[in-house]
Amino acid sequence: MKYVDEFRDPAVGRKLTDQIARLTEAYMKREKRTRPLKLMEVCGGHTHAIFKFGLDEVLPDAIELVHGPGCPVCVLPVGRVDDAIYIATQPNVIFTTFGDALRVPGSKLSLLQAKAQGADIRTVYSPVDALAIARENPERDVVFFGLGFETTVPSTALTVKQAKAEGVDNFFLFSNHITIVPTIKAILDSPDLQLDGFLGPGHVTMIIGMRPYQFICDTYQKPFVVSGFEPLDVLQSIVMVLHQLDERRCAVENQYRRLVRDDGNPVALEAVTDVFQLRPFFEWRGLGSIDHSGLELKEAYAAFDAEKKYAIPALSIADPKACQCGEVLKGKLKPWECKVFGTACTPETPIGSCMVSSEGACAAYYNHGRLTTLRRPTTGREATT
Amino acid sequence: MKDHEHPLFVRVEKWRRRAGRVRDDVVVAAHGGGGKAMRDLIDDLVVRELGEAVQVDEDQARFEVSKLAQDGDRLAFTTDGYVVSPILFPGGDIGRLAVNGTVNDLAVSGAKPHYLSCGLILEEGLPIAELRRVMKSMAEACAEAGVSIVTGDTKVVPRGAADKIFITTAGVGIIPAGIEVGAQRIRSDDVILINGYLGDHGAAILAARGELRLETDIPSDCAPLNGLVEALLAEVDVHAMRDVTRGGLAACLNELALSSEVGMVVEERALPVRREVAGFCEILGLDPVHLANEGKLVVAVPAAQAERALEVMRAHRYGEQAAIVARCRAEPPGVVTLNTGFGSERILDMLVGEQLPRIC
Repeated sequence: MKYVDEFRDPAVGRKLTDQIARLTEAYMKREKRTRPLKLMEVCGGHTHAIFKFGLDEVLPDAIELVHGPGCPVCVLPVGRVDDAIYIATQPNVIFTTFGDALRVPGSKLSLLQAKAQGADIRTVYSPVDALAIARENPERDVVFFGLGFETTVPSTALTVKQAKAEGVDNFFLFSNHITIVPTIKAILDSPDLQLDGFLGPGHVTMIIGMRPYQFICDTYQKPFVVSGFEPLDVLQSIVMVLHQLDERRCAVENQYRRLVRDDGNPVALEAVTDVFQLRPFFEWRGLGSIDHSGLELKEAYAAFDAEKKYAIPALSIADPKACQCGEVLKGKLKPWECKVFGTACTPETPIGSCMVSSEGACAAYYNHGRLTTLRRPTTGREATT
Repeated sequence: MKDHEHPLFVRVEKWRRRAGRVRDDVVVAAHGGGGKAMRDLIDDLVVRELGEAVQVDEDQARFEVSKLAQDGDRLAFTTDGYVVSPILFPGGDIGRLAVNGTVNDLAVSGAKPHYLSCGLILEEGLPIAELRRVMKSMAEACAEAGVSIVTGDTKVVPRGAADKIFITTAGVGIIPAGIEVGAQRIRSDDVILINGYLGDHGAAILAARGELRLETDIPSDCAPLNGLVEALLAEVDVHAMRDVTRGGLAACLNELALSSEVGMVVEERALPVRREVAGFCEILGLDPVHLANEGKLVVAVPAAQAERALEVMRAHRYGEQAAIVARCRAEPPGVVTLNTGFGSERILDMLVGEQLPRIC
């Protein structure tokens, strides 16, 4: 397939893994370092690619990939799922959502279970589809479950603008849109996590551009390489981080040049700033409340705000006690080090959201990575106890 | 003159015996009511379309056991329900699916399929024209597979109690003496083949539903496999066979691996996937190994016969894109893994629920 196969060429992949092995060995030797290099891949899309193509297995032992918080479904807190179900079960509502949010457990139910009990919940692939449903059903109230980082925010913003321009008065947005930069900062401020570099979010950066990450180099001195999502993208980005470490420099670099411009996408950004404003704080599953990390509709678009139309419970509900998604999202724990991984918490009966989406680190490990884990019997909890 | 010889009586009686005709445009409750209207529906849409093999005079089809026994020494018996939506889709419809699905369930046991039943559950309001098209399609599928529908049942339910039409088919077939096909025969050095492209049916149905608003004309692979099976069994010592349906190749191989406690390694780059389906999956975040098929089977054969099996498959119209996709091994037992081509291997498990499109 054009534009896909060339980024999955195993022969090029082997060249890159050889290069990674050489660079890592030289660096470790020169720095007399034994502790593995910890690189965080920020996006769920990266995590998915790493496990789908088994990249973790071809990397040297001295490189440890830490799976970051960039999976929007994984960081959706229990309380917001409950709010979504509350809205979906109101009379006359058609609730529209991206497919992978359906299985995220709330405190009592998931959207999938609410649907089975009779709520009119429909999977859409884009907010534009939700708006079309609103046009086709003028007598019903159609609510779109806005989810995702800056990648999906512009399409939601443009859809709300479109609804306003057309005067569609039965379309509402339940915004759970979030921004990545405050979260990366929260992770960098976390004392017990010593990261050596980042593979930055490709699609988010396509929107926001390279500049918002500069503080990571200036303040925290960590290499940051914006990375694409094909296996060769990920491998090349690791090479670029290693080059920075080797040359003892630190910069925001762009591996994903075929999509990402330094300034991002000004048109998309304009639509976003026109429609959305930052919330003072927003709750993340596992990570707690993070300042200025959530987006809500501006006053001019208040008529489309589902949070204003419905008296949602808006309760902050603690994550299940057994669940260690927070530690996994912060990269403190490997998925299999969680107490309930693979036993009480599986993709069939997820306790935490990291087990729900195929981009979640736990689901990725469970579905694809078990073999690797089995082959490294000395890693994980066994090693620490 | 006796009453029953009266010309009027004779004429009426002649008309009473005429095959019924449906005059409505849509299915109504009376078509399932057991009276004249139901008789008309069965005459007009079932018997007329499916042919005289349907035994309507009694409530059961009857066959001579000795005649069946000429083909083999064991009876294979299966049943399956079909509820696909939409009922018409590129490459087939619910009727063709209902015949081929049951034919394939029989064929993968090594049986030669003979007779099918056909239970229809019709929703009030179903256009008669659509029902006729489905019945015609069942008749064509039967003719292609060489089976007959010999008995059936028709029910009509109120609007909303079913989605247009549900079909249940049961089937019987005869397994020839000496044919032993089953997961327990898989050996740790066997080779696994599939007869063509992965995921065509799943992609066709997802696209035809129109909810994803993607325009593509990927046809379903819905097809009868008994001919291909017969050709294979004549040439190759097939250890195990399974048709690939919901859950796709991943579910199929995991089932075989778990029942045989043999491990399997799939070569990702050897998997036959239609270009359009690969693109469809990339856009939606789906994986062809989990997408449904309706005309595919996997076979486990001894390594020494793998090339011959491949030739036989490729020579058949439903096996032109056949490929060797996996090899068995002893360890780890019951686990299916996938060789990614990057020199790495990962677990290939069956899917938990439905495949849901990823966000980004």
